[in-house]
Formats: sequence, structure tokens, C-alpha cells
Amino acid sequence: MIFLYAFLVGGGICVIGQIMMDVFKLTPAHVVATFVVLGAALDVFGIYDRLIDFAGAGATVPITSFGHSLLHGAMSEGHDHGYLGIAMGIFKLTSAGITSAILFGFIIALIFKPKG
Amino acid sequence: MLNDPKNYKENVAAYQPKIPYFKNCLNAFLVGGFICVIGQGIQTFFMYVLHFSKQSAGNPTVATLILISALMTGFGVYDKIAKFAGAGTIVPVTGFANSITSSALEHKSEGIVLGIATNLFQLAGEVIVFGVVSAAVLGVLRLFIEQLM
Repeated sequence: MIFLYAFLVGGGICVIGQIMMDVFKLTPAHVVATFVVLGAALDVFGIYDRLIDFAGAGATVPITSFGHSLLHGAMSEGHDHGYLGIAMGIFKLTSAGITSAILFGFIIALIFKPKG
Repeated sequence: MLNDPKNYKENVAAYQPKIPYFKNCLNAFLVGGFICVIGQGIQTFFMYVLHFSKQSAGNPTVATLILISALMTGFGVYDKIAKFAGAGTIVPVTGFANSITSSALEHKSEGIVLGIATNLFQLAGEVIVFGVVSAAVLGVLRLFIEQLM
């Protein structure tokens, strides 16, 4: 069942992005930036966590979850160390994503030739 | 009055390509949903085969998806799907990996240091900037409110 919800929610988030691009004429960069801020904003009241419980990867795979996990990491350290903790913990949960993106991006750019 | 500059927008509208709104949305829905289903499959694998918890399985899932989409970008497959799927390939985290890999590949001819390394975050930098700024501001606000209560 979680697979169906992942499909519907993940697809739905992408449709919102497509509408922002087609109807409001935003560039992909603007759409992605909006989604990241939106993900962080939705996390403030714990709404995004409920969406993750409901849809699994349908909520963790779209880029909105990046903003959500940035704030999550910041808050978990913030509760232990106060305001300084926010800076200490902001990349705590997204570390794997950013590390792998840099690592694989670099290696693949070394190996492959540009296409098109 | 085709040459009337005041009505430029109206005159030019007839010559602009019509956007197939419904078709674009359907493609984005199907491809975006499909990427999330693959993500769910990887997450389930990490949870039941490698015994990650539901919370900690998200990290390796995202890393695996990034590896797959970076490879697909290297082979030139991702861009072909992106032409068809629009936001369906931009919004998932795979689009983030695609923008990093493709801008690095594009500038490869300028060398490893000045080409690949400096251009790695050319497109993806905005995601990190907006993410960190919004998370820091909201985090400070939330901590402040929690301390008041």
C-alpha cells in the first residue's frame, strides 16, 4: 500500500512543480528553490513528518524533503546546544545526500564525456 | 495592427507555441511518481534486508538514487527522460544530482580544478543556499518560541 501512496504523493508534488513552470512561467531553478523553502516551512508544525509517515518515499524523494531534513537536523542539535546548535546540526541529516552528490558527480564527470 | 508596439503581447500570442498543460502534468505525475516508487523499493530493501530503521533508511535511499541518476546523466539518458517528463525529473532529488553532474560534465573541457570542481554547484548551489537560509531562520524562530513557552 505504501508503494501506491508513494506514487500518488510523489507524482502529485511533481504536478505542482509542473503547474508552477507552465502556468506561472517559473524556471526550474525557481521551482526547486520554492520547494526547498516550502519543505522547511511545512516542517515547522510537523506537517511534513505526517506526510512521510503516510507516503514514505513519496515524501522523502522530492526535494521538499531536503528543506525538511535541514530543519530537522538543526532542531535536534538546537535542543541540545541552543542557538549555536542550529548551525552545528543543519547538515546532520542531509550529509549523506550532499556527500554522495559531490562524490558521484565528481567521479562521473571525470569518467564520462559530455553528451549532446 | 501588427506593427503596433502597444499590442505587442496580443500580436505575438498567436505565434507562441501552445503549452499542452494536461499532457505535461500527466507526464510529470507518472515519471515523478515512478521515481518515488523506485525510492520506496530501495528504502524497503534497506529496511528489511540491511535492517535500517524507518527513520535512518531515508539517508542511504537518497544516496542510492543520487548514484543512479548521476550514472544516468553520464550516459546521457537522464536528459532524454527530462525532456519528456519536465518537473517529474526536476522535483525529485534525482534532479539535484542531475544538475550537479551535468554542469560538471559541461565544463569538463576547462580542466579538473577550474572546470569540474568549480562548476559542480553552479546550478545546485541555490538549493543549498535557500535550504540553509530558510532552515536557519525557521530554526531560530522555532527555538525562540519554544523557549518562551
